[in-house]
Amino acid sequence: MSRIHGHLQGAYEDFAFDFDFDLPTLGVTALFGPSGGGKTTLLRCLAGLQRVSGKLHCDGEVWQDGRHFLPAHRRAVGYVFQDANLFPHLSVAANLRFGLRRVPRDDRRIDFDEAVALLGLEPLLPRMPQQLSGGQKQRVAIARALLTSPRLLLLDEPLASLDLPSRAEILPWLQRLRDHWAIPMIYVSHAPAEVAQLADHLVLIDNGRILAHGDVNALLTRADLPLAHLDEASAVVEGVIAGHDDHYHLTRVALSGAELVVGHRDLPVGQRVRVRILARDVSLTLVPPHQTSIINVLPVQVQQVTATHDRAQALIRLDLGGSSILARVTRRSVDQLGLRPGSAAFAQVKGVALMEGAGSP
Amino acid sequence: MPESFDWQAVTLTLQLASITTCLLLLIATPIAWWLAHTASPWRKPLGALLALPLILPPTVLGFYLLMLLGPAGPVGALTTRLGLGTLPFTFAGLVVASIIYSMPFAVQPLQNAFAAVGRGPLEAAATLRAGPLDRFFNVTLPLARPGFATAAILTFAHTIGEFGVVLMVGGNIPGETRVLSVAVYNHVEALEYTQAHWLSAGMVVFSFVALLILQYAASRRIALLGQVARA
Repeated sequence: MSRIHGHLQGAYEDFAFDFDFDLPTLGVTALFGPSGGGKTTLLRCLAGLQRVSGKLHCDGEVWQDGRHFLPAHRRAVGYVFQDANLFPHLSVAANLRFGLRRVPRDDRRIDFDEAVALLGLEPLLPRMPQQLSGGQKQRVAIARALLTSPRLLLLDEPLASLDLPSRAEILPWLQRLRDHWAIPMIYVSHAPAEVAQLADHLVLIDNGRILAHGDVNALLTRADLPLAHLDEASAVVEGVIAGHDDHYHLTRVALSGAELVVGHRDLPVGQRVRVRILARDVSLTLVPPHQTSIINVLPVQVQQVTATHDRAQALIRLDLGGSSILARVTRRSVDQLGLRPGSAAFAQVKGVALMEGAGSP
Repeated sequence: MPESFDWQAVTLTLQLASITTCLLLLIATPIAWWLAHTASPWRKPLGALLALPLILPPTVLGFYLLMLLGPAGPVGALTTRLGLGTLPFTFAGLVVASIIYSMPFAVQPLQNAFAAVGRGPLEAAATLRAGPLDRFFNVTLPLARPGFATAAILTFAHTIGEFGVVLMVGGNIPGETRVLSVAVYNHVEALEYTQAHWLSAGMVVFSFVALLILQYAASRRIALLGQVARA
């Protein structure tokens, strides 16, 4: 399996970092953590934009060790900057061709017209970068990086400088290219919702260190990590569209060991999807409720009960057919229901976010 | 126009200014690049040294150049040993002096232009497989073009306006070192006011046009910098 691994160290005036990592170059890997924790620094080191001491290997190729340093322009990576960073003196078409022209013909795997079509850039080609909106610029930047046919696409918070509507505009494009070309991506973010939507693999970074890394479902629900304690703590579960209920305008999603019902989505039966469930939207009951307006009631088993910063609350990790989801309930309820690891219960799920295109298998 | 119009001084001056401008742009570009991008502690001392010609009296500069390039000076000793003779009171000596005298007029606009382009577009180019020279010619150069125009015009105009350094290093040899400003001086000394008028008025018009072009170049540069900021 292809991997990128290395050990990079460095120090600036008020910031020191030491990243020791071995990551799969498959699917989407999110580097997640608070601002100033070193995520962007790590990404820049992977691209060769920043030179620090240490070693770095990608798919068996030495990118950096004690003696060698492969400069940025000789690494087969694409880089999408936070602020797009288009060339102001070149049209959109010329920006797109800048990288393409510099890749030997035999190494080109991504076709110009295909990238333009996939990112919806056809009408923008003759324009200058100054005439584009933030979201459009970022789409051009993504296509420009893709056209170098990179072995690895690095994205540095590509949505951070955009307003909410533009973010909503870009995310589906990122999902499409993830699913269309299966280009491995390393994606820097400090937004849990983006991570839950895109990532297959998660690397938690804080204070110049890697706190943990692993499968996105496992890391989101680990009570010893900060993610599970965010107000928007959530779990993501993979599923498949099972059918539609035309009368009530609903869509059924099959998870392993359960079925969810969501508002109608125009997706074909069999389409793989990803479901995000927020911990605060899950409540627990010991008997299956019959007279309730909540339509999603899932059989679960308690795995772990953890205290939270809020002394009234407890965080409960639940097993749902092999995946984990989280529930946040009061400590009083934990005692009243006698919830312990191993207890069987029913999770009432108030809200579900459905996202298209599951990650790579 | 008087029959004794000093065409020789005019062509000599234009030759000097053209050669100085071409050579100085070649020399100033790497220096300005280094000053714009280095974090070295030598950046500020070197920047100050290169700006010295801005405030030193041209006679002081000329005096030291004379010492340095003359037969007793280290550079003069070297050029003599290489069989080139000594540079003072030759056209080549004037070119060397002009390059040093106009150095800040080329380095500073280029340095500002390089700094304004910033690292962003260069990093983007690097991740798009462009090597260092490729980045310079296809990203830096087009984005810093107004800076090159400013540097070229300032150097050219400033060289044409030289007097003190020329007189010290070049002297007053017709066809070799007698440039316009020196010719005006000679005419005034000899009370040939008509000739002095023709040359001087020509200089005024030329200088005005040069500065006017600079004004337009500056407004284009601001527009281009705006583009860099927005892109």
